[in-house]
Amino acid sequence: MGYPHPIHPKETPLLSTHFGDAGARSYEGWVARGGYVALKQALGMTPEQVVDEVKASGLRGRGGAGFPTGLKWSFMPKDDGKPHFLCCNADESEPGTFKDREIIRWTPHALIEGCVIAALAIRAEVTYIYIRGEYTEPYRILQTAVDEAYAAGALGANAFGSGKRLDVIIHRGAGAYICGEETALMNSLEGRRGNPRIKPPFPAVAGLFGFPTTINNVETLAAVPHILNRGGAWYAGLMLGNPKSTGTKLISVCGHIQRPGTYEITLGLPMKELIYDACGGMLPGRTLKAVIPGGSSVPIMTPEEVDGCVTDYEGIAAAGSLLGSGGMIVMDDSTDIVYQIMRLARFYAHESCAQCTNCREGTGWTTRILERIVRGEGKAADLDLLLDLADNMTGKTICVLSDSCATPVVSGIQKFRADFEAYLSGARAPALVGV
Amino acid sequence: MSSHTTEPYLPVFVGDNLAKLEALFPKYPTRMALLLPALWIVQEARGWVSEGGIHEVADRLGLTPAYVRGVITFYTMYHTHPVGRHFIQVCTTSPCNICGAEAVAQALLEHTGCGELGATSPDGRFTVMEVECLGACGFATPLLIGDDFIEGVTAAAVPALLARYP
Repeated sequence: MGYPHPIHPKETPLLSTHFGDAGARSYEGWVARGGYVALKQALGMTPEQVVDEVKASGLRGRGGAGFPTGLKWSFMPKDDGKPHFLCCNADESEPGTFKDREIIRWTPHALIEGCVIAALAIRAEVTYIYIRGEYTEPYRILQTAVDEAYAAGALGANAFGSGKRLDVIIHRGAGAYICGEETALMNSLEGRRGNPRIKPPFPAVAGLFGFPTTINNVETLAAVPHILNRGGAWYAGLMLGNPKSTGTKLISVCGHIQRPGTYEITLGLPMKELIYDACGGMLPGRTLKAVIPGGSSVPIMTPEEVDGCVTDYEGIAAAGSLLGSGGMIVMDDSTDIVYQIMRLARFYAHESCAQCTNCREGTGWTTRILERIVRGEGKAADLDLLLDLADNMTGKTICVLSDSCATPVVSGIQKFRADFEAYLSGARAPALVGV
Repeated sequence: MSSHTTEPYLPVFVGDNLAKLEALFPKYPTRMALLLPALWIVQEARGWVSEGGIHEVADRLGLTPAYVRGVITFYTMYHTHPVGRHFIQVCTTSPCNICGAEAVAQALLEHTGCGELGATSPDGRFTVMEVECLGACGFATPLLIGDDFIEGVTAAAVPALLARYP
């Protein structure tokens, strides 16, 4: 549902069915709504059977990368005699993205159940849920739910009397966007600075504490109980014409929009129907200027690109951007797009862990050049300089934070060049920078 | 004025706080992994993490103070200096920015008397920090006041909101 709004006919509520329903938060409330049936079923299955069901569903990672979940799980070694770990990435920090927090706040047991089913599939006993430090209320709700699940015997040394150990441990972050990158998350959990690690080795070989590890996003894991309950084939049938993009996706819509909130759509819904029907369209008297469809790290879209775009992995890629995390930022004609790109660059400069030169220097210089442009001190060559910098920031670092800073800059200059040139020529009055 | 104090450092990890820390040991295969949770316990007890707190955490976890300092400075939510009674974090990243977040931040600076970001008001009541994305972009502008997450704040609503935090 488009929390905090009622369900819209264009939506397909699955994960979001109980958003806003405080009764779903407790263990009893969750069981009364069909919870923990899937876990009991999984406890009677082999890890391969669980993996196969999820492979059949076509579920892809909902954190942003879109990697097939069942395939990721199948990379975990078998019979290696080592402890395995599952990490749940609840470090939701990508600007525009606020969907996982609704899952955690309203249906914490859906997440716990998804976590331990995944743990069974990868032969792990321990799940660490890494939740960003700023999510104070979701953290309290999730901790209460974990405590209840232990008390009810769903978790612990003998989960539901199966003889299997399933532990869930919540670990709070402390303010660092980069810890949402999977190897930075593992370093942070180990008590280190959140610097991303060089891959390989990949986490399935040597991850958390050096042991085989799988990291999945909150929304990905919350979808798993539904797949076990109703079958992988049923989930794979939830699509609108593209068998590569199956299931439902939470899209958190924000910015200049009538009804901002977290919507759940069947993948493949035309983006215009989401923006204009489900979300109610633009504010009175305003027209659409730009959409960033998948969190701030994906290319900016023009209204023309939005027009024919279907909202799924391939559809948004064909329209020149990415589905990403599903954090959709809508900007109307009142937006100073140059100023907002400067703000995004500043975000990445602030969040760079600074271990790679191209990122540390590139995010900093990109920000300083954009700041001087909006101050009215830009130089004619600045746009070429920004594009040159972006080229040196793309594909040259340990993780993609650097690429993510370059993306809005490059797509912004390509698609909204006149806005930049208005600042450079003096046609637009300088803006004050920052607070 | 000297920053030295004649008061001895009072350890945080006694009684309930020590029990809280010890309950975490079996949940992790290394002691180092307790670093972020241990720093949270110290900050919740004292409002910030002092040099004495850094040494105490290092001792408890078998780390060096230099290592702990290196980690603590990576994360924005730990305070290595005392802050106001109510620590305010206001999001001004793009999705909130286009919905008026900078005006909210400005109003907070004016009405708290903090004057500038990171400063504490003369009465010791508030510290205001601008932060990047708080993950509540559909509910612009969100604030964290201490542990209270508050959504949909406007510049006009700031004085009444602050009155709830004496």
